[in-house]
Amino acid sequence: MSAEVPEAASAEEQKVMNNKLAWSLQPLIEMEDKVTSPEKAEEAKLKARYPHLGQKPGGSDFLRKRLQKGQKYFDSGDYNMAKAKMKNKQLPTAAPDKTEVTGDHIPTPQDLPQRKPSLVASKLAG
Amino acid sequence: MEVESDSHIHMCWQVLCTRTKKWPLADIISTVEFNYSGDLLATGDKGGRVVIFQREQENKSRPHSRGEYNVYSTFQSHEPEFDYLKSLEIEEKINKIRWLPQQNAAHFLLSTNDKTIKLWKISERDKRAEGYNLKDEDGRLRDPFRITALRVPILKPMDLMVEASPRRIFANAHTYHINSISVNSDHETYLSADDLRINLWHLEVTDRSFNIVDIKPANMEELTEVITAAEFHPHQCNVFVYSSSKGTIRLCDMRSSALCDRHSKFFEEPEDPSSRSFFSEIISSISDVKFSHSGRYMMSRDYLSVKVWDLNMESRPLETHQVHEYLRSKLCSLYENDCIFDKFECCWNGSDSAIMTGSYNNFFRMFDRDTRRDVTLEASRESSRPRASLKPRKVCAGGKRKKDEISVDSLDFNKKILHTAWHPADSVIAVAATNNLYIFQDKIN
Repeated sequence: MSAEVPEAASAEEQKVMNNKLAWSLQPLIEMEDKVTSPEKAEEAKLKARYPHLGQKPGGSDFLRKRLQKGQKYFDSGDYNMAKAKMKNKQLPTAAPDKTEVTGDHIPTPQDLPQRKPSLVASKLAG
Repeated sequence: MEVESDSHIHMCWQVLCTRTKKWPLADIISTVEFNYSGDLLATGDKGGRVVIFQREQENKSRPHSRGEYNVYSTFQSHEPEFDYLKSLEIEEKINKIRWLPQQNAAHFLLSTNDKTIKLWKISERDKRAEGYNLKDEDGRLRDPFRITALRVPILKPMDLMVEASPRRIFANAHTYHINSISVNSDHETYLSADDLRINLWHLEVTDRSFNIVDIKPANMEELTEVITAAEFHPHQCNVFVYSSSKGTIRLCDMRSSALCDRHSKFFEEPEDPSSRSFFSEIISSISDVKFSHSGRYMMSRDYLSVKVWDLNMESRPLETHQVHEYLRSKLCSLYENDCIFDKFECCWNGSDSAIMTGSYNNFFRMFDRDTRRDVTLEASRESSRPRASLKPRKVCAGGKRKKDEISVDSLDFNKKILHTAWHPADSVIAVAATNNLYIFQDKIN
């Protein structure tokens, strides 16, 4: 603190100075929390955006998604038609559907996830 | 074979050559691998193609410049398939290529997609037989009754033709997706690993394989981890390691039992429970594990770091190198755009004194284990002229950004360098940036 503070600082001036001090310390305190765990801060952000994440029981969703990789089709006819048409226009796609289709019911084309843009090279690829 | 002095690692690199492709998507490079001599470099791509580059003879007028790599052979290794039982497509993307040690004039490599491994023979043909008795030079059959004299066909030189033919197809042994293949030091067997199982094959036998690791739980609801990578020890033919999505590495000895579900060694770095978060397990997942050439160490790559382990010490790694620690405060968005699941590979140099791995924004990182120095370089179109020097890059994590630094927020997360390879002896590296291949050599002043 400056040595030139007048001895007779009024109570009000003192209060203002204290408030200023308190405010100047605030960002330091916040930064310390972030510095000690950026990961936890990120986790809090994620939980705020997706409150239902991580609450499903059983095996992890990531693992299950990993084990079932690859585009699912209704049947082989659907697959072959998709391959034949991929060079030209896109088929009318189903609404983007995030839920997985399991063996519980017979899937219909509407249940299947939206088709990814086809990336299989044409037979012309040398 | 020219061997660089390994007393100092070159932190200065320059472009040797670059190979770029015009077609997008299908040409995304998915694996890069030098052969045992380093004269051949194989790349596999998302369209199921394999392209092999061969190093040219060194230019006598420029004795210090190494030979460039030019295309030697291109072939379609895998085609897209359809699994009728599950109604799932099987991608033709080449997940891994591994060379076999050369035993004769031909070259052999194993290439694999999610389900099928193929052994390819690449051979050269530079002679052609001429003067057949029963057919003309253009192949038309001659009328045998018109032939009045016999002659011996003679071999004439022809333009070099490189042929690739599939010699073995190892199929139907994996229910889940193959992530690794590794040739054994006995040169007779190899392993293939999928998410839950590891199989042992003999190179000559395609209708049988032995299951050596099975971590599939009886009830799939109890599934907690998957196998992410596996590799045979470079010298001990009975030892292999496999890594998991939980950040652990298990070393197994095939002499101890037929089914290696029980590990011989278990490598895991103890975690501070107070720092655990939702992301902890995801970022600890090991995307690649590689033995050192000496066989004494191994290296594991998780999302943010590379760890070097001493095989004799299971309790903690010998070294931990931060690849892009500045991403720790971006994990939320990296989770949302799925980048947190990216699988980066890592590699050793020939003398095990340096390691390399990729990052985002077409950056890749190199760590010198002896001098403890590290450098960030970029594989970009701008600096891709031959002999152009690579300027070291720096990422600014926060606060004031200095000139030439790049801020974390302006990194391009679509430009990821997942696959890199280091020449087995020389200071030459291959870096795959999406559908471009960059080959760099150390800069000699």
